[in-house]
Amino acid sequence: MSLTAVLVVVVAAVLIGAFGIRVSRTTSDFYVASRTVSPLWNASAIGGEYLSAASFLGVAGLILAFGVDMLWLPVGWTGGYLVLLVLVSAPLRRSGAYTLPDFAEARLESMTVRRTASVLVVLIGWLYLMPQFQSAGLVLREITGAPPWAGGLLVALVVAVNVLSGGMRSITFVQAFQYWLKLTALAVPLVFLLMAWRANGAPGVSAADAATWQTPLSGGREYGLYSTYSLILATFLGTMGLPHVLVRFYTNPDGRAARRTTLVVLSLLGAFYLMPAMYGWLGRLYAADLTRTDTVVLTLPARMIGGTLGDLLTALLTAGAFAAFLSTSSGLTVSVAGVIAQDLLKGGVRSFRIATLMAVVVPLGLALWARQLPVADVVGLAFAVAASSFCPLLVLGIWWRRLTTTGALAGLLVGGGLACGAVLATITGTPYDGFTTALLAQPAAWTVPIAFVVMVAVSFLTPHRVPANVARVMVRLHTPENLDLNRGDWRPRSS
Amino acid sequence: MTPGETPGGTPGAAAEEPRAGRRARRTAVTSPRTAAARRPRYPATREIDEQTGLGEVYMRSLLRTQFRLALFVCTVLACVVGGLPLLFLLIPELREVELLGVPLPWAVLAGLIYPAFVLGAWLYVRQAERNERHFAELVERR
Repeated sequence: MSLTAVLVVVVAAVLIGAFGIRVSRTTSDFYVASRTVSPLWNASAIGGEYLSAASFLGVAGLILAFGVDMLWLPVGWTGGYLVLLVLVSAPLRRSGAYTLPDFAEARLESMTVRRTASVLVVLIGWLYLMPQFQSAGLVLREITGAPPWAGGLLVALVVAVNVLSGGMRSITFVQAFQYWLKLTALAVPLVFLLMAWRANGAPGVSAADAATWQTPLSGGREYGLYSTYSLILATFLGTMGLPHVLVRFYTNPDGRAARRTTLVVLSLLGAFYLMPAMYGWLGRLYAADLTRTDTVVLTLPARMIGGTLGDLLTALLTAGAFAAFLSTSSGLTVSVAGVIAQDLLKGGVRSFRIATLMAVVVPLGLALWARQLPVADVVGLAFAVAASSFCPLLVLGIWWRRLTTTGALAGLLVGGGLACGAVLATITGTPYDGFTTALLAQPAAWTVPIAFVVMVAVSFLTPHRVPANVARVMVRLHTPENLDLNRGDWRPRSS
Repeated sequence: MTPGETPGGTPGAAAEEPRAGRRARRTAVTSPRTAAARRPRYPATREIDEQTGLGEVYMRSLLRTQFRLALFVCTVLACVVGGLPLLFLLIPELREVELLGVPLPWAVLAGLIYPAFVLGAWLYVRQAERNERHFAELVERR
């Protein structure tokens, strides 16, 4: 039955995507759906794109394993949008850029900075795609016994076909549909699970768990306080630097709509993230013996309810999980492919197609080769890289006139480089001892401040490299669109 | 009298004999001159477009207002979010407190914090749009 659910989701995604074919004729259609997407669609699409396997499966798994400290993950993934809203959303939309490299070029007038940003976008995208494919393999093995690579391959294929056939327009509708599917798929089983829990006499966690697992900073992981703060920093500041999230803001008609969309996104995410904590908590009661805790969400209905109803609920949850893999992977693939096509290949629709294949194949290979870490942890690492590279670029670029080309480049290289190094050390799993492991597994607490300091310090040392048009760019970024002002003639290269 | 006109009086007066011109000059020195001085030469949008000193002042005022607002929200957020782990660490009794049967850390982190985010975001959007309206009124005032 769960397999049927997976097939239904896959076919639905392909069919809905197919509706976009008619409208995506020009390059501009491919990239941002010609900017005709309404705010609620847009917010649902952002939610659908953002809620990945890590949110749907991973958070509950980590809560089951490590307790209350892991609640900071969903809190940070939501709160990141508040930071994005106040610091970035409207100016970024007003910049008129389609991608992060576009923004870097518009603000700093340098092709070197643009290319560096492109490489970082591709790295972050791959790092984020890898755990999606890994968990797809895990879920498909759980329900059919298929080999671990099969699920990843299935998701990669569907995403490639979908992106190639429709571009972003189709993806917007697919994404919006997937948000509501994921919300329903998590909410309906939860109601039944809570009823079963009450019928079972509403038990609480054991006395030992109440003392450690259920209380903050006591047990779970080593160096809890450091890890908690590093996690908070990575998630709150990393959200703004995720390539597939930012591309969505360009589909708003203006800066004001971009702000309002973000507000709706915050509400949608808040509603969703109320649930994984309850799954994690129920998991501690009924499924504490799991070794791969990422599957806790899928195993609970069978253990607590069983029978046909249990099967049905598992099928619904599996459908939601596949929706999560498909939506996040699609969004990331569009962004990564767009950047590869423009900055590494010649540009145009043909390059976009080749780039789509590159965007999917590399993380698929990584998924098979790298060691299996909890999905939410790997996604957390992608946030750390984004927070250490694009967060300083965006915040300083938008609010500080004295940011120089050299400063931005140095900050991107040092911050992004250090974070990528830490990530590589963590996913290849070279053994380190004690505090070093914590520093590498949660690098944001030291890489983010270093990136900011380098960007500011080098900018002060190279005052002659302030871009010539900075005043005009500031007008473009910050003034409301209804004012008749000269905003410069820069246009993104993809239009 | 429009700002373009000088204390010399109306064109008709200038064409007349000196006797009439002297009378006109006497009235012109006083009030219209100050009214002219108070008016800007261009609309503020043009000052911004031409990047004059005045245009820069307008832009800096907008940037500063919006940045202060953003910084305020971020500071409150940092205090709440950064303070919670510290609070739980320094006051262990808080970990035991229960809110409607749910331990306090769970009630806050798995529930209450989300509506708080939405409320903060809503207040921010309202204020940011208000700031932009004020800027637009300032710049478009003739």
